Amino acid sequence: MNDQRWQHLFRDYADSSFSELLRRDSPHLFPGPEPHPPSGPAPVEAVPHGTTVLALRYRDGVIMAGDRQATAGYQVASRRIEKIFKADDLSGVGIAGAAGPAMEMAKLFQTELEHYEKVEGDNLSLDGKANKLGQMIRMNLQAAMMGLAVVPIFAGFDEKAGVGRLFKYDITGGRYEETNYDSQGSGSKDARDSLKKLWKRDMSRDDALRVSLEALIDAADEDVGTGGPDLVRGIFPSVKTITRSGFGDVTDDEVKRVCETILADRAKTGNGG
Amino acid sequence: MPLPYYVSPEQMMKDKAEYARKGISRGRSIVTLEIRDGILLVAENPSTLLHKVSEIYDRIAFAGVGKYNEFENLRIAGIRHADIKGYSYSRGDVTAKALANAYSQALGNIFTQDIKPFEVEVLVAEVAEGNGSRNEIYHILYDGTIEDERNYAAMGGQADEIRRFLKDHFREGLPLDEALQLGVRALTVTQNKTLSERDLEVAVLDRAKERRKFRRIPPEALSQLLGTQR
Repeated sequence: MNDQRWQHLFRDYADSSFSELLRRDSPHLFPGPEPHPPSGPAPVEAVPHGTTVLALRYRDGVIMAGDRQATAGYQVASRRIEKIFKADDLSGVGIAGAAGPAMEMAKLFQTELEHYEKVEGDNLSLDGKANKLGQMIRMNLQAAMMGLAVVPIFAGFDEKAGVGRLFKYDITGGRYEETNYDSQGSGSKDARDSLKKLWKRDMSRDDALRVSLEALIDAADEDVGTGGPDLVRGIFPSVKTITRSGFGDVTDDEVKRVCETILADRAKTGNGG
Repeated sequence: MPLPYYVSPEQMMKDKAEYARKGISRGRSIVTLEIRDGILLVAENPSTLLHKVSEIYDRIAFAGVGKYNEFENLRIAGIRHADIKGYSYSRGDVTAKALANAYSQALGNIFTQDIKPFEVEVLVAEVAEGNGSRNEIYHILYDGTIEDERNYAAMGGQADEIRRFLKDHFREGLPLDEALQLGVRALTVTQNKTLSERDLEVAVLDRAKERRKFRRIPPEALSQLLGTQR
């Protein structure tokens, strides 16, 4: 057996990445633009975009929250989409940008982490996960230039360090760790402004939940693309917690209760516009 | 010119089968039992790092005996098959049957075409979702022969004796601790030694778990289940 052949075999046996496998064995399934995209105007207005997601650190880990609306141009494309995805037991992705490619990316990322875990019998480090997501965003760069950008937030609990951590990205796959909080999407500026005033170090879970919902309500208030709590249809932002004990849902009932309290408080004081 | 020497196909297959069986019979055994809450896999395996039993997909587990590098190779191929299928269709479309057939084809081809057959037997188990469907256990031999087993399965060096023992002692709907004790007794049926939690690798496909049903049982929990806790 010559060197090249055994080295090739070695690489194949030692490869525990699902996205590499997909690209090699089933390139037609690999997300991304067609090699020769149809010419014409960029489809930026036509496709649904996810609007506001945020993540913040609190005492036990991180909270991730997102509104439920997808917006295409000036139209509501969907009122109930889910933007916060469980990546594995100790991390989650919040997606903003073109909804289709973003959800595909979240699915590929989930499979990537599970595949690695099964093949290696061990979890990736939080840095490893964050880095992998950055590479996936970079591979989407060509589509991003056509207006189909995907810019997620990644957050998780770092078992080694024993703390929650969060990362933001740009469309080129650039990865930036944030220490306290961040937001992404069309309403992100408003959400971030709100978080800037309300976030405190070592908040309890209840406080962190309230702060994240305040920020989402502010974003929905100021940004036309972001959906607020919908009391008529009973649609509320989705909120997840990631702590040492895993990825957890905050129930709709609890989110509803907190949203109602916030709105009632604002009505009482005349605050919020 | 020297004549190429002739070996009859019968003789060649016989030799290969004997070679593979010899390799497998040197290895330690694995027992699989259908239990009340899913499927239990018990392997005699003193290593805590090199696994014989592992997770393939949500409801599917894999077990292999024989030559480690060969069944490890099959395990990874199985994970790749399952993850690609689940990614391109849906998670519910990944089945043990398709995977077992793929293993059967691969092992059959290697057996007939390569000089050296794989010295392995593998097992693919899928736990039922509940409501009427039943567990599936497939046992694939070194030559691609595939069997579907009910209630229990055994493979490795002492598989025949273990099967005979389980035929007499297996009962349906056993709870985890009793099934584990039965499995350990079955593994020691031909040996004059007792197996402690350090000699065992145990995992269950636990029907009660969300989505990914595969769960390893760590040594501390094992000694508790075996009733040997000091």
